Amino acid sequence: MSALTGTTLLARLVLRRDRIRLAIWVLGTPLLGYALAGSVAGIYPDQETRQGYATTSASSLVARAFNGPIHGTDLGAVVVAETYVTLALIVALLSTFAVTRHTRQNEETGRAELLGANVVGRYAPLTAALLVIVGANTVAAVLLTVALAGAGLPLAGSVAAAAAIGGVGVAFTAIAAVTAQLSVTARGANALAAATVGLSFVLRAAGDVLGEQSADGTRVRSAWPSWISPLGWGNQVRAFDGERWWVLALPVALLLAGVALAYALAERRDQGAGLIAPRRGPATAAPRLLSPTGLAWRMQRGTLLGWAVGVAVLGLSMGVAADEFDDMIDANPAAAEAINAMGGGADLINAYLAAMLGLFALTIGAYVVQALLRVRGDEADGVLEAALATAVSRTRWLGTQVLAATLGAIALLLLAGVTTGLGYGIVTGDPLGQAVELGGAALLRLPALLVIAGVVTAIFGLLPRWSVALSWTALLVFLLLGQLGAVLELPQAALNVSPYTHVPAVPAVDPAALPLVVLAAVAAALLAVGVAAFRHRDVPS
Amino acid sequence: MPVISIGNLVKTFGAIRALDGLDLHVEQGEVHGFLGPNGSGKSTTIRILLGLLRRDSGDAQVLGADPWRDAVRLHRRLAYVPGDVSLWPNLTGGEAIDLLGQLRGGLDRRRRDELLHRFDLDPTRRCRTYSKGNRQKVAIVAAFSSPVELYVLDEPTSGLDPLMEAVFQDEVRRVKQAGATVLLSSHVLAEVEALCDRVSIIREGRTVESGTLTELRHLTRTAVTVETARPVTGLDALPGVHDVHEVDGRTHLEVEPAHLDELLGQLIRFGVRALTSTPPTLEQLFLRHYGDDPAATATGAAAVPASPGPATVGASDVDAQADAPRGGAR
Ligand SMILES: Nc1ncnc2c1ncn2[C@@H]1O[C@H](COP(=O)(O)OP(=O)(O)O)[C@@H](O)[C@H]1O
Ligand SMILES: [Mg+2]
Repeated sequence: MSALTGTTLLARLVLRRDRIRLAIWVLGTPLLGYALAGSVAGIYPDQETRQGYATTSASSLVARAFNGPIHGTDLGAVVVAETYVTLALIVALLSTFAVTRHTRQNEETGRAELLGANVVGRYAPLTAALLVIVGANTVAAVLLTVALAGAGLPLAGSVAAAAAIGGVGVAFTAIAAVTAQLSVTARGANALAAATVGLSFVLRAAGDVLGEQSADGTRVRSAWPSWISPLGWGNQVRAFDGERWWVLALPVALLLAGVALAYALAERRDQGAGLIAPRRGPATAAPRLLSPTGLAWRMQRGTLLGWAVGVAVLGLSMGVAADEFDDMIDANPAAAEAINAMGGGADLINAYLAAMLGLFALTIGAYVVQALLRVRGDEADGVLEAALATAVSRTRWLGTQVLAATLGAIALLLLAGVTTGLGYGIVTGDPLGQAVELGGAALLRLPALLVIAGVVTAIFGLLPRWSVALSWTALLVFLLLGQLGAVLELPQAALNVSPYTHVPAVPAVDPAALPLVVLAAVAAALLAVGVAAFRHRDVPS
Repeated sequence: MPVISIGNLVKTFGAIRALDGLDLHVEQGEVHGFLGPNGSGKSTTIRILLGLLRRDSGDAQVLGADPWRDAVRLHRRLAYVPGDVSLWPNLTGGEAIDLLGQLRGGLDRRRRDELLHRFDLDPTRRCRTYSKGNRQKVAIVAAFSSPVELYVLDEPTSGLDPLMEAVFQDEVRRVKQAGATVLLSSHVLAEVEALCDRVSIIREGRTVESGTLTELRHLTRTAVTVETARPVTGLDALPGVHDVHEVDGRTHLEVEPAHLDELLGQLIRFGVRALTSTPPTLEQLFLRHYGDDPAATATGAAAVPASPGPATVGASDVDAQADAPRGGAR
């Protein structure tokens, strides 16, 4: 088949380019699964604690929304409830970005044209990318099976759970293959696919919330929206609870359909073109664009708007769910303990709210990293060179980017606190008071985000070529320390590495000025290092 | 006072020695061609002149200031067209031009609109949809819309069609007329010949020639074909004469311009019937300097090449075209 000529060669190229990423993915997910399974086994060692966990999880709408439906009291079922959503989201996003990277991004940069002029069939690049990425998902699933079974879980359930997660990866591989045909830019393709991930999460959450609790109280039968979400399918396999193997056919079917659609679309369009036509725009610039600040706002506003919508929806739903939290805690001392560990303090509602605000601060950290890494993207593209050849100093340019990211972070934090407060206040009858209080509490997380901004800036100044990898790694380390550090019983010294460790968990505890001042000082030092290093280095480098 | 003055400039990237003692002098008001094979260090030099890269050692002055320390102040007085233009993908071409112009300190709106028209550029399209040539036009329009003292152009026309090339040349002449100085890195020899008052040729990070085109021509041998009544003898013994051979009763040879006089004195004795003398084409000049044998080319102004360089291939003009080993340089 001439349309596939060169596929093997291109697949080897994909493997070569991504050998490190793929290794981290394929080895990292099983390792994470193994560690999580072990720690869950420690927290819920016997039938009695697991019975309690399952009953609470099945009756709590919050648990259903964020952990998915629980399926019985097997240790494996608890492990799945605690880990599935996180692992599935990671795998979904990794698959999505990998597909775009090896298809649309190549077209956007012109690399595909270079390859296409050689003996390479029309479908070869897409096929090569899909082969490698589906392969990576498969290998990761096999290793995850080994990891789960190795952690002492039943084999059949381990296979089902790992296949469920691999299936999510495969499903989003198919979706990304289609979005890569639609959008002209890699950014656009990723945004479309990531939006599909978000939509899948919401559909699954809705389906699980609307589902029914089984008669024995330890199971949830999801409603139909979960069935139209690729993220939901993995739960419907019911690993460790009478596995329904046939559900695994759904991601495979989606893969076949997605690939067929992607090929059909690829057939219909030119190299480099998309199906969503780019719009035209103004012939002259509005005066407000004509400064580094104006440009930074223009570059950020789309991203910021997307984040704002996501944060607001999540904030409202978490706020509304807070009230229900009391009931859940009463029924589950183990969960109470976990929440206490996350937020500390006596009042459990406040501990919950503090934990949610902490989660928002972590998530918004990703916005800060994303926003600041634009400078590096501009440098790699060559746009930075053109900009710095004008009468704008490096300090002003970088300072503007940091300022823009900081203002964005403030806006998102405030929005997170206010919407959570509104949601909680609507249920308890004091929307305005709660909005103000939680809005303020959320803003106290800003110093941690400033430290993130400082870390990215310092990396950009000192090790520009490593900016992207190191910045995301730093955030991931902070995330893992914050979310899993307590569960994994890491020493305090390790936890202290993360700026989030030092933010007072308001409203669960009283605000304290000292840690915030210290964080702000650390941030200022990191920013100063970053700017100074940037002023003294080559551009581009 | 020279507008650009570089002496013994060195820049390394790890183990790569991109600039190895480069010299470059550009006088006020001239269009200076900056030539050299790919990877010889042109873009690196230009980036140092813009304060984007930091030099390892050597002197560099632009408009009387240090390009690294006074970058911002200098940038108000110059405009730059990068070799590989990339733009903000989600801005329109018009927005990008206005932005670059404003960041530089302001642009002439009338000129901007006129240039858009002359370069036939649609300013409402997003930069991500532009071809390479159109991105280059955006950078060129943004640069020439700014009335500055110095234009630094790094292979600005490599993606333009011949029509646009002509518009570009008009613009360079216009800013020169207005008193500006232009540093033009280029591979388009016709463009260099049409525009440049002086050129500098670099190779592997060093300047190998610098001067007006006429001066440079003097450094390269002239091809002479002569038909005489009697067979010519004794030419090999003359200084500065090379590569003598006979084809169909005609003698082909090459001579260094300084020794032309002696050659003619000798030829006259054999009854000259026809004589053609072909000065080196620009292409031959460059091929000689771009060629693989640095010993033959790096010897500097007064030196006589020890062995025939690539430019001396072929005895007549016609042959030279056919035999030139790298005829594709144009
Ligand atoms: N950032 C860099 N890192 C490493 N090597 C570089 C870098 N920039 C340029 N070089 C090297 O320096 C040399 C000169 O490059 P350049 O100035 O771009 O040449 P030109 O513009 O004349 O084609 C080349 O060998 C190139 O590979
Ligand atoms: Mg160059």
